[in-house]
Amino acid sequence: MAEPLLKIENLHAYYGESHALQGVSLEVNEGETVTLLGRNGAGKTTTLRSIIGILDDRRGSIRFRGQELVGLPSHKIGRAGIGYVPEERGIFASLTVDENLLLPPRVADGGMSVAEIFELFPNLEERRSSPGTKLSGGEQQMLAMARVLRTGARLLLLDEPTEGLAPVIVQRIGEVIAMLRGKGFTIILVEQNFRFAAKLADRHYVMEDGHVVDTFPNSALEEKSEALHKFLGV
Amino acid sequence: MFGVPAQALYGQILLGLINGSFYALLSLGLAVIFGMLNVINFAHGALYMLGAFAAWFALNLFGIDYWWSLLLAPLVVGLVGAVIERVFLARIKNLDHLYGLLLTFGLALIIEGGFRHVYGSSGQAYGTPEELRGAVNLGFMIMPKYRGWVVIASLIVCFATWFIIEKTRLGAYLRAATENPKLVQAFGINVPLMITLTYAGGVALAGFAGVLAAPIYQVSPLMGTNLIIVVFAVVVVGGMGSIMGSIVTGYMLGVLEGLTKVFYPQASSIVIFVIMAVVLLARPAGLFGRGD
Ligand SMILES: Nc1ncnc2c1ncn2[C@@H]1O[C@H](COP(=O)(O)OP(=O)(O)O)[C@@H](O)[C@H]1O
Ligand SMILES: [Mg+2]
Repeated sequence: MAEPLLKIENLHAYYGESHALQGVSLEVNEGETVTLLGRNGAGKTTTLRSIIGILDDRRGSIRFRGQELVGLPSHKIGRAGIGYVPEERGIFASLTVDENLLLPPRVADGGMSVAEIFELFPNLEERRSSPGTKLSGGEQQMLAMARVLRTGARLLLLDEPTEGLAPVIVQRIGEVIAMLRGKGFTIILVEQNFRFAAKLADRHYVMEDGHVVDTFPNSALEEKSEALHKFLGV
Repeated sequence: MFGVPAQALYGQILLGLINGSFYALLSLGLAVIFGMLNVINFAHGALYMLGAFAAWFALNLFGIDYWWSLLLAPLVVGLVGAVIERVFLARIKNLDHLYGLLLTFGLALIIEGGFRHVYGSSGQAYGTPEELRGAVNLGFMIMPKYRGWVVIASLIVCFATWFIIEKTRLGAYLRAATENPKLVQAFGINVPLMITLTYAGGVALAGFAGVLAAPIYQVSPLMGTNLIIVVFAVVVVGGMGSIMGSIVTGYMLGVLEGLTKVFYPQASSIVIFVIMAVVLLARPAGLFGRGD
């Protein structure tokens, strides 16, 4: 069997004294969409931050296309072809929508053109010259996703893309993720809403207190739902 | 007007514009550096002096003329800045901002002290370039050519800097990295390198101001110390970190200082500090500051 696209082994991550990830291991194969489920504070965001290197106080191994990422500065990780959509969206207030969109450099061939992106997110085109943070929450989320689709990155880290958004926008974002999955992107999706995740994912990881406590294919979601209720506290 | 001869009035406005040119160039560099590094660069005055000395050395040791110095001295000062950033500032970037201030203050003392040790505190003359000697009659006043040139050169450099930061792709990186450096880096941009270049660019502006100043003021080890105190007041009035704010405030306060010399000379050396105090009371973030 080929090596997975991303292989994390025994990952530990720290915020100063606080030991946020305590030996996380997980794998994502090329073209797969996996979710990280788990209640607030479980370590989902920290896992994504450790992969992309925003959190650099980390130990263990993160291999992407066979390359070790632990120890690399974050810009080299971004250049390796990983697109990050942070939980707080990270839209820049002092940049226009256009400038936000064009900010991340292209890291590989095959990224979407600006025209294709505006076809996907027509709202953004009308707001091209507005300051990024003048957009609504949903538009900011779309911009945060659009931004990494331009770059040619094939592994996307999406941190709660539907958090706090209205149902129609959640649905739209769901459609976009499904489309990306259809195009062969590899996606790690952090979600609180596993009903939403169930429609999109191939596999799920469940996190708790800085550990991965369970993993199962999407087909097993129904039989796992009781255990999930306990872990997600819903 | 008010019994003040027009010639004196225009003369002081011109002087104010010249001082304002230096305030603007220097506070602009401070603003750029502060925005990106969160460091209040107390070495700025010393690096301005270094720019003037670089021009003086270039002329006296190598026969390099003013125009070349205008280009080369900022490069030299920028290079010194890059070394300072890599060797010192990069190492303390995770500490409290006060450490950056203390470190650059210490560097200023060392650089200025070193030059004073060798050159004393008296100044070295630097001749006005031939092309800019003499004066032109503007009709309402006689203007020495070099002074006019200082204002024009400073305006061009200030607005070019503003343009780069506000209107170009590179500037978008800078603005974004000022807001959220980690995210910009995660996108694949070498932010640590950008920080080094920003510091180098900011102090190169000071070096450029130093060369402009050389023919007007003398080239002396302490030429930066007095000036920089006023420049910090300008920065406080304009709002730390605002690009256009520091340019506009620089010229505005220069002219205001000039006008004070005409109408109430006794107050001219303190007027900027009085304005600073008032602004601090009324708008602590500065006139153009975003206040966060
Ligand atoms: N910036 C931070 N500084 C210190 N601790 C943090 C920080 N961010 C998260 N943590 C802690 O790390 C743990 C994991 O948080 P996080 O990864 O954000 O969880 P999740 O995304 O699953 O809600 C939590 O205990 C949280 O309090
Ligand atoms: Mg989170």
